[in-house]
Amino acid sequence: MSAFRSALNYLGSQLRQVGLIIALLAITIFFQIATSGITLKPINVSNLIVQNSYILILAVGMVMVIIAGHIDLSVGSVVAFVGAMAGVMITQWNIPWWAAIVLCLGVGAVVGVWQGFWIAYFGIPAFIVTLAGMLTFRGLTQIALQNQQISPFPDEFRALGSGFLPDLGGGTTLLEPLTMGIGLLATALLVAQGIRSRLARKKYDVEDEPFAWFILKLVFTAGIILFITYLLASYRGTPIVLVVLGLLTVVYAAVMANSVFGRHVYAIGGNLNAAALSGIKTKRVTFMLFVNMGVISALAGLIFTAQLNLANPKAGDGFELDAIAAVFIGGAAVTGGIGTVTGAIIGGLIIGLLNNGMSILGVGTEYQQLIKGLVLLAAVAFDVYNKRRSGGR
Amino acid sequence: MTTNILEMRSITKTFPGVKALQDVSLAVQRGHIHAICGENGAGKSTLMKVLSGVYPAGTYDGEIVFENETVAFKSINESEATGVVIIHQELALSPFLSIAENIFLGNEQQTNGWIDWNKTNLEAAKLLARVGLRDNPITKVRDIGVGKQQLVEIAKALSKEVKLLILDEPTAALNDEDSAHLLDLMKHLKGQGITSIMISHKLNEIKAVADEVTIIRDGKLIETLDMHTDEISEERIIKGMVGRDLGSRYPDHTPHIGEELLRVEDWNVYHPLDHQRKVVKDANISVKAGEIVGIAGLMGAGRTELAMSVFGHSYGHNISGKVYKNGALVDTSTVAAAIDHGLAYATEDRKRYGLNLIEDIKRNISLVSLRKISKRGWVDSNQEIVVAEGYRKSMNIKAPSVEALAGKLSGGNQQKVVLSKWMFSDPDVLILDEPTRGIDVGAKYEIYGIINKLADDGKGVIVISSELPELIGICDRIYTIFEGRITADVPRGQATAEYLMQHMTQEREKDNR
Repeated sequence: MSAFRSALNYLGSQLRQVGLIIALLAITIFFQIATSGITLKPINVSNLIVQNSYILILAVGMVMVIIAGHIDLSVGSVVAFVGAMAGVMITQWNIPWWAAIVLCLGVGAVVGVWQGFWIAYFGIPAFIVTLAGMLTFRGLTQIALQNQQISPFPDEFRALGSGFLPDLGGGTTLLEPLTMGIGLLATALLVAQGIRSRLARKKYDVEDEPFAWFILKLVFTAGIILFITYLLASYRGTPIVLVVLGLLTVVYAAVMANSVFGRHVYAIGGNLNAAALSGIKTKRVTFMLFVNMGVISALAGLIFTAQLNLANPKAGDGFELDAIAAVFIGGAAVTGGIGTVTGAIIGGLIIGLLNNGMSILGVGTEYQQLIKGLVLLAAVAFDVYNKRRSGGR
Repeated sequence: MTTNILEMRSITKTFPGVKALQDVSLAVQRGHIHAICGENGAGKSTLMKVLSGVYPAGTYDGEIVFENETVAFKSINESEATGVVIIHQELALSPFLSIAENIFLGNEQQTNGWIDWNKTNLEAAKLLARVGLRDNPITKVRDIGVGKQQLVEIAKALSKEVKLLILDEPTAALNDEDSAHLLDLMKHLKGQGITSIMISHKLNEIKAVADEVTIIRDGKLIETLDMHTDEISEERIIKGMVGRDLGSRYPDHTPHIGEELLRVEDWNVYHPLDHQRKVVKDANISVKAGEIVGIAGLMGAGRTELAMSVFGHSYGHNISGKVYKNGALVDTSTVAAAIDHGLAYATEDRKRYGLNLIEDIKRNISLVSLRKISKRGWVDSNQEIVVAEGYRKSMNIKAPSVEALAGKLSGGNQQKVVLSKWMFSDPDVLILDEPTRGIDVGAKYEIYGIINKLADDGKGVIVISSELPELIGICDRIYTIFEGRITADVPRGQATAEYLMQHMTQEREKDNR
């Protein structure tokens, strides 16, 4: 009986994570039924990933900024600015597409240096600096494009946004072999990593996760990955953006969980004074976070532009809000110090699913906005309620 | 008829687990200045909070008689309406409002909800004249110094037809000139028939203005002395403040003192906001290997300011002076540099400056020294657990596991986490600021044991504390600090509470500058 109770206690402590996954599943199932099965069709899943990739990428950078106790409102404008620069470089300056990509990531870094300087070293709140950035980079976009659109882009560049990894089966197989291979490898690595970390934690006697729950979680996660692999493999294979997104997620999740830099970010967001008195170079860490955010915004901008095959002065409008909403739905705290990269990704997927499902159902944009707003409010209200219930501070 | 404006009879106030006040009685005569003194934590502020209704009637036992009537204040508003006004140590002014607006805050000069600005400024000017402040009432409060802000607080009290004015450490944040002016004003108000209660540590000030002084120790009334009739020396007051038995609350320790580890020379620090005010003046301190050195000073004397300015310039402005480590001049102007030179500073305010409360024990412990458990920027979380487990056992941190959140621990265990964090950085010199504040007696004993152990390992330990018995009980040598100046360097044998208190409340010799 006490084992049962401790299992319940454990689940209680994991309520936020579990709730997030259940919400994601419930929304998926709801739309699957409401759209009579369109939501989980291979083509739609593939589209869902491709069309939300830039929001998910932005959310990865944004969650780090928010954990440190800051915010970035400028990412939508930076997406547009980088798209514009890509257009100008490739079509007007005739720079090769691959060089343009590298240069554009550099532009993102410069944007980050600019904003990071004012925030970290000059001491202006990030809200103000990035609000200013939102306006200035939108303005620069329009100047760079002279209020015109730029199109088309070379095919190689477009592949970054809408391309797929090559079909090793030559289109003859039922399931695309490369995608299946990647999916199986990812599943195997995930399971191995899960077991390895559990064994280590057991060895140091800090494991409090019930065994049954561990198995359930592992089987569930592996099942989801294999299911998505199956869906993708039966359509056109692995979108290139999924590879980019996957690498980004894995790398940054590891950075935030296990790198010295990541620990410093959590420490700054949790208690800035204590972090400073522990010898952490708080200004430098903040600065680096915004440089990183700039580069990630640039990446999102490149992918977005490649996908639309268009550099547009209005591009990226409102992206910052979707990214910020994804982070908070994913469980980050407004006051900083709490949040995870995977949480932000799941939050982003929830928003993506809502967008996608409602579009299929033909719900007007006015109602889409309304519903997304309520979902964000509900998620954060759930957090606040939880904290109060557990007698948090 | 009595000449007493106020009588507090048998006041007892209990907090969970602590008797803050025990059967304390106080009688204040009309038109007098009545000083209350006692060590930090003796119960002075609690008594005043009972009087002013911060602790509403019903939450304490005893009776309060004001102007011959029994009163039971339920809130500050009620006590102020009756003419009892308290001015807290931390001033409660709004910096971006004008002097006049602050004076009438909550008591606006208005007609039907619209503020009458002429009346506001005119009345404010009259009140300012009464406190001897010649500034324009429309000046913003942030543009005047702390001394003048204190006067604005008093003007605000006068606007409420104050009969009994309570000043909690009124000169703690003031420079000498402003302090003198404030004391003059108190005498002046006394001439106008206003009774004052003044909480103060500064015996010279008490001697200068007070008619009576009441001494409180450990929540109990010790005595009330008449400053006019009795032959009252400062020593007499000090004896009342500190006279208690030390007992064996401190573990035995035989020091093994070695070479000098740290020396701070000619250290001067200015206040970060008030650039005119020096908070540390020409301080010289040193600590040897294996030595436990105390810094004794009252609140606001500059103890923490001295420590934090040495530790990476984390406090203060225009800091000057030299720091020698093992005889060599070193730069400690950033926290990282100070840590690299083997310094550690465990703060007096664990929650604000010491811990990340929403993070677990192990990550708090590893924070300073992540480099030790990481390779190429990647933290070995298994090693982190091993390290944290080690400290949990050796420091006896009571928690279910090293993954318990720091915010959920008791004060004593939080303090052990902070100490573990700094021990893991393997410093040569540890500065421990109020290491036993807010900790129960049992945990205090453990902390003393840890401090002794650190000294035995050849580290230099500097302990800052408000509790004199604690310093006398554990230190090999004690510096006293008063108004930012080191006033004495007292070896263990000579350290008595009376002797220390004397140097904590007056300068060694008056400066003849």
